[in-house]
Amino acid sequence: MSRISILQIVSFFIYLLYQVLILQNVVLFHTAFCFLYVAYLLVLPVETNPLALMGIGFIMGFAVDMFYDSLGLHAFACVLIMYLRNYWLNNLTPQGGYNSNDVPSLALNGIQWFTVYATPLVLLHHGALFFTEAGGFGMFWFTLWKIITSSLFTILVILIAQFLFPSRRPR
Amino acid sequence: MERLILFIYQNRAFFTFLMLEIFCAWLIVSNNAYQGTKFFNSSNGLVAGMNSFSQSVRDYFQLSEVNRMLAEENATLKQALEQQRKQIYPISNIPIDTTAIVRVDTIPARKYEFISAKVVNNHVDFFKNFITIDKGKDAGIEPGMAVISPLGAVGKVKTVSNHYSVVTSILHIDVMVSAILKRTEHFGTIQWDGRDPDLVEFKYIPPHASPLKGDTVITSGYNAIFPEGVMIGVIDDVKLNEAALFYDLKVRLSQDFRKLSFVNVVKNHRQQEQDSVEQVILKLER
Repeated sequence: MSRISILQIVSFFIYLLYQVLILQNVVLFHTAFCFLYVAYLLVLPVETNPLALMGIGFIMGFAVDMFYDSLGLHAFACVLIMYLRNYWLNNLTPQGGYNSNDVPSLALNGIQWFTVYATPLVLLHHGALFFTEAGGFGMFWFTLWKIITSSLFTILVILIAQFLFPSRRPR
Repeated sequence: MERLILFIYQNRAFFTFLMLEIFCAWLIVSNNAYQGTKFFNSSNGLVAGMNSFSQSVRDYFQLSEVNRMLAEENATLKQALEQQRKQIYPISNIPIDTTAIVRVDTIPARKYEFISAKVVNNHVDFFKNFITIDKGKDAGIEPGMAVISPLGAVGKVKTVSNHYSVVTSILHIDVMVSAILKRTEHFGTIQWDGRDPDLVEFKYIPPHASPLKGDTVITSGYNAIFPEGVMIGVIDDVKLNEAALFYDLKVRLSQDFRKLSFVNVVKNHRQQEQDSVEQVILKLER
């Protein structure tokens, strides 16, 4: 257990630093952003306490906000998806249910399941993020375009990261 | 009472969710205010230190561009200096009738002071963009000062820490800058629409001003933040709808914000004076 926790803490900082040092500079065509740090939140173990989930989401979002000078924005979006994550996971229970140590990653149930799991959450995260930033629905279509392109980009990068570093925890 | 506590306990996930979201919303709102929170932004030492490390890597890819800009600025400054000298010398050579000397103010009041700073973090793609620079309270920077670059206006200082400050960029959908059309001297407002980081909108120019494509837009100096006459950009697109009160003007910024690397912070020694005089008027009008 303690080993998993340490791994989690280390990967928290890896995701955070990678986001703020490298991906902060990557914006395609002025519309497509990549928020890879969401992947860290998505692959937290299934059995994690919902309170802990939201706490971790808040801390992660808050840390990212400090670098992006957008206090509260990312934290807001992260807490939102962290709250809804477990309900969504329960809807997607694979045959036989989850084991106690399972991680909802690509290695667990394959690419199709993972895409179905990740896409709505990423879309929701980006939607909350960009609409809050735009301060309402004044520029609805442009904001929507930003959300869709950014979500595609983020999901693609998350999938690549999952292939490269399969997060199957050793037990 | 017991049942209430039980109810809250049973739905503790939902209530935690609610509290965290309200807290986040409060943070967002308070950060949107004129001067945001002091500590949790990129002027915080650790965050800014890491950002400047990241920027120093990026700088290598911009070196030639920065060099070219500095050389151009040098050239214009030299030219300006030369012109000044030309104006001064002939006069001093002319034998002056001592009785005709007009008493002039010998100490020209220093109205503006410039502090050079390096950009350590910069965004152009959000709706609300901020720039972090590597000078802060130590260098005498205070919130509300203007930030300009050799090529044009950049923004306004939002928060300062000891060694860093966060600047609200012109590319921020809530920022408005008072500007004038240089050719006709009509004044209006510059505001970004959140789309293209090269173009801003120039509002409130009446139909009789008849602006042309290519006209220069400069700051007006009316709000005592930007000095008068700082370049903003040139008009890129002119549209006048029928029955519209004002033109739809697009201005192409002279400073490419994606290539921002060195900026000057402008300290206006008379800002307080101007503001306090205007405050008196505002109070009288009320």
